[in-house]
Amino acid sequence: MIPRHFFIALSVLLAAVLAMSIYAWHMRGRAAATPVASVDSRPVVPPVAGATERVTLYVAYDDIGILRAQSAQISMPSVRQERAEEVLRALIALYLDKTSPHPLPPGSDIRSVYLVDPGLAVIDVNAALADGHRSGVLAEELTVASVIQTLSTNIPGILKAKILVEGKQRETLAGHADLSNFFDVSAVNQLTSQLQSTQ
Amino acid sequence: MPACLEQSRATRRPSRPFRPRSNGYSALLLGILLLSPIVLSAAPPEKHLSIYSTAANYSLPVVERQGRDYVGLLELLEPLGAVSAKVDGPRWRLHYNNVLGEFTADKARARVQGRDADLSAKFILENGRGLVPLASLDSLLPRFLGGPATLHEQSGRLFIGSVATHFTASVAADDPSRLVFQFTAPVNPSVASEPGKLRLSFNHEPVTAPASPTLTFSSKLVPSATYSESNGAADITVTTTVPLLATFSNDGRTISLAPPKSQLAGNVAAKPPPTPAQSAPTVQPPTPSSAPRRYFAVVDASHGGADRGEALSTSIAEKDVTVAFARLLRRELESRGIATLVLRDSDANLSLEDRAFFANSSRAAIYIALHAASSGHGVRLYTAMLPYADDQSSGPFRSWATAQSSSVPLSQAAVTSVAGMLKRIQVPVRTLTAPLRPLNNIVTAAIAVEVAPPASDVSALNSPDYQQLIAGAVANGIVAIRAQLGAAP
Repeated sequence: MIPRHFFIALSVLLAAVLAMSIYAWHMRGRAAATPVASVDSRPVVPPVAGATERVTLYVAYDDIGILRAQSAQISMPSVRQERAEEVLRALIALYLDKTSPHPLPPGSDIRSVYLVDPGLAVIDVNAALADGHRSGVLAEELTVASVIQTLSTNIPGILKAKILVEGKQRETLAGHADLSNFFDVSAVNQLTSQLQSTQ
Repeated sequence: MPACLEQSRATRRPSRPFRPRSNGYSALLLGILLLSPIVLSAAPPEKHLSIYSTAANYSLPVVERQGRDYVGLLELLEPLGAVSAKVDGPRWRLHYNNVLGEFTADKARARVQGRDADLSAKFILENGRGLVPLASLDSLLPRFLGGPATLHEQSGRLFIGSVATHFTASVAADDPSRLVFQFTAPVNPSVASEPGKLRLSFNHEPVTAPASPTLTFSSKLVPSATYSESNGAADITVTTTVPLLATFSNDGRTISLAPPKSQLAGNVAAKPPPTPAQSAPTVQPPTPSSAPRRYFAVVDASHGGADRGEALSTSIAEKDVTVAFARLLRRELESRGIATLVLRDSDANLSLEDRAFFANSSRAAIYIALHAASSGHGVRLYTAMLPYADDQSSGPFRSWATAQSSSVPLSQAAVTSVAGMLKRIQVPVRTLTAPLRPLNNIVTAAIAVEVAPPASDVSALNSPDYQQLIAGAVANGIVAIRAQLGAAP
């Protein structure tokens, strides 16, 4: 004859095992459904040498579809080209944050910025940024305007800009925003003014 | 098979010594000779596979083995690159450029670049010639070519890369008896007429089907056209109640079908119709100022085909919303007396250059590109944000990148008018510039309409009621500025 308390304890244990099995099965399914976090493939770069400076970043907000000027204190090198790269990397880092108002795909980065006189900036972004970018006229032009306006505001003298992807020309960013032509910085300034209002 | 046996006998018997004395033999021989053409004509036509690529368009015979269709792989790849083959017992090794394919006779599994490739049937090695199942080509060829290949197996047509030629068909607004086909690349079909029908046969061009194989038109003279494919060719069959003449223009990109004037005047016998080769082109795009305007508005449903646009939800693609919205907008505009051409009325994808080309050559007063988006609410209206250009247009020539420059004020006026109408019905609206092609390539007023859902429910983008509401307001906006748009050159 099995003692009653032993029987109850065994039943409770079996119930616990069953419940744990169901929970584990459920968690396994969820884990399988969750995409594996992509590895940040950006190269590790040494910290920038130079004094910190206040820069203006034009940050996109998807929820209301606007650009807002935002100040940031970042270390800025003295070489003009490096300054251009640094200010854009600060902008991209903001978009890669979990709480970003305009999320960019994981791994998005600025590969290089080339400044060619007179007044040309060539911005080379990586494939992760373009391949995983959300499609849509407004979504794409917010990114383009944010990048070019931030660059031209902090690096004076830029009249036109070109965006390349992995060093190559691309027709559009994600199906809409034209990347095949040179951007007129004065036209981007006007667009930025339009994008700073919700009307 | 009996036909083949008969044919075999027919070819053997004349080789016997001829005996003029025997009348029975003579009669039999004569009968066989007379029957031969009938037997030959009853034989099924030889099957072909037409291959379209950027390198070459060509055709190969298809052979039937074990009840399946096969083609020679070496012959198929030969016009596309450097290819060689080597037989080693039951094995057949094929080198295409730097890619090695290994096949084994009577095996349905091959290896390409060291990786397995499954065939739909056994590989056949026949006198040193490697035959692969036709049905396997669209999976096998990308392994060799490194790019997509699309096989239309039933009709024997193979498209390597993005080479397809798409077309639109519409009845001319100024002449309901004229049917106009616009192709994305030059074509040169053979034209055949029979009572009640005119057939355009494309034997060498990669013409592909519209979204619906049957197109209907609001014309009593030309009620419909049907697209079909068979044995390596594509046909467009136009049903008609009168004889039609085909005229070619725009370097072979436009085909117009219309009854000869004498036919319309009821005087066919007195004046025979000219042949297509002799007739003059009817579309004259190079001189916009002198040519009559056939359409007032061109509505362009963005994206299409493999370009799905934004995935608005798991089941709604932007390309489907834009084409549905384009049809509604055309209906709304035409109900207000505005002749409208929908640039993409099927699932075809047109390049941005083609869209600009069609819009400019139509000489319409306004071009309206349609987009849809899941983010935000209401409608966003765009005009072109012109790119930087050192070389501005001069004289009669216009810079392609900034062709829109002289029409920007008109485009902005159109956007203001449409925005006003949308605000009247309490639809949230924003007006912006955008680096959005082909707006900057259009020589007349050009706007883009991006429709977002009214609230958080993206599925509302597919709602006919919502689309109707927006289309009605956009049409009202165009009508309100019609005089200003129409006055533009």
